[in-house]
Amino acid sequence: MASYNTSEFRKGLKVLIDNEPYLMIDMEFMKPGKGQAVYRTKLKNLLRGNVIDRNYRSGDSIDAAEIEEHSAQYLYNDSKNWFFMNPESFEQFSISKEILGDLVKFLKDGTTVEVMLWNGRAISIEPPKSVDLQVTYTEPAARGNTATNVQKSATVETGAEVFVPAFINIGDVVKVDTRTGEYIERAAKS
Amino acid sequence: MSGPPSREPIDFRPAAPLEHLRRRAEILHAARAFLRGRGVLEVETPVLCAAGAVDEHLEPVPAELRPDGPRGPSRRLYLVTSPEHSMKRLVAAGSGPIFQVTRAFRDGERGRLHNPEFTILEWYRPGIDHHALMDEVEALLRVLLGGAPALLGDGPFDRLTYRRAFLDALGFDPHRVAAGDLSRIAGLEGVPPPPGMDVTDRDAWLNLLLAARVEGTLGLERPAFIHDYPASQAALARLRLGDPSVAERFELYVRGVELANGYHELLDPREQERRFVEANARRRASGKAELPIDRRLLAALEHGVPACAGVAVGLDRVVMLAVGASSIDEVIAFPLEQA
Repeated sequence: MASYNTSEFRKGLKVLIDNEPYLMIDMEFMKPGKGQAVYRTKLKNLLRGNVIDRNYRSGDSIDAAEIEEHSAQYLYNDSKNWFFMNPESFEQFSISKEILGDLVKFLKDGTTVEVMLWNGRAISIEPPKSVDLQVTYTEPAARGNTATNVQKSATVETGAEVFVPAFINIGDVVKVDTRTGEYIERAAKS
Repeated sequence: MSGPPSREPIDFRPAAPLEHLRRRAEILHAARAFLRGRGVLEVETPVLCAAGAVDEHLEPVPAELRPDGPRGPSRRLYLVTSPEHSMKRLVAAGSGPIFQVTRAFRDGERGRLHNPEFTILEWYRPGIDHHALMDEVEALLRVLLGGAPALLGDGPFDRLTYRRAFLDALGFDPHRVAAGDLSRIAGLEGVPPPPGMDVTDRDAWLNLLLAARVEGTLGLERPAFIHDYPASQAALARLRLGDPSVAERFELYVRGVELANGYHELLDPREQERRFVEANARRRASGKAELPIDRRLLAALEHGVPACAGVAVGLDRVVMLAVGASSIDEVIAFPLEQA
């Protein structure tokens, strides 16, 4: 198994500790006085998100985690698993609802995301900053009310509920922030 | 041929802003003026030496020379990890007080505060002890960091013993604590030990706690000298007469950054040789190459070096503090990766 020596330590390294993948998010070389060098690291567990501190001495090494990152296109879901395709290899794989979290509400056929796979298993997903979604239902705007500060609820094609300005109508396409679930702007009609 | 090959743009520019390099020049100039003004002679000693420090945790950079030309025998020399040995030989020869600004080299040391090639300001004063030398270091730092009064705080720099620093930060006496308790303390403090730490190696555990929990507390309101190190961390300092558990060594910290290391210098050639031999034994035990013992330094001590104190100041770090840099790369024109 590949491993990283302390001299290769740097932010962004993906390593294996107690058989779980971690991302090195911080590393500091310390050498107090005449003592031995200590590499202080902060490592983020890529499965659970918690951060741990670990110290190493010159010459120590950590196993490398077999992490692969590539883009993937969303295809469909069976309500337990969401299926994606690697657009380069055309290989299909699934990601569980737990890992996708709130993102499931904004995925539509063809949406491209960045996935991180550990030993072939998807462990995290980076969505595009925003997605364009068509409004399938919303109450019509009160006549003459075009103010943008008045918000109303709208259902979009993926089934998610989004607060939109009063002037948005059924059939409009809106740009939605995937992190906050908030309306950004009206997109050009698809 | 189908046109020129595409070229990656090669970045030739310095890592440090030119403004920082100007400040660096001013600091170098001020340091020299300060010491010359106090009657200290500027000297230059070799960067390539046949022997230098023998220390478990200092890796010199070796250099192979063929002084008699390409067909002659090769000779292994080392880039100095500090100019200490050569300067002590000058003091032994009767130079009086001397200073030097030189490059020093330590392999394997790279980080926010470290570049393997760095600049040391080092000086020796016969006839004074480490406390009198701390006075002079303080006076120098007041000049060099005069533009950053917030770092200096008010009143004289703090002086606290190594024991006090551990008591204040962690609540235990580093001279009395049992080696076995140190791993437990590290656990309570949330300091994960590196894999394979020897539970009986007191200095390794003290060093780990110093790095992780003590250094960051030192020199926050005003600069702080830490002195009276454990005898096991004496390096080239003499042990206290009447209390050989303590070495007359000091370090200066400003905002958690170690700036200087000084000694009331060890003068006993047999004690010095014993320390070199022990350091080589520890190097061998940890799988490192042994280093040649500096017979010329021992001969100088045998001849007699006048009682003196000496200190090395990390000039790159002084510049860092003066300009408010967070990394040494901001004050070196071309750090390792761009050299």
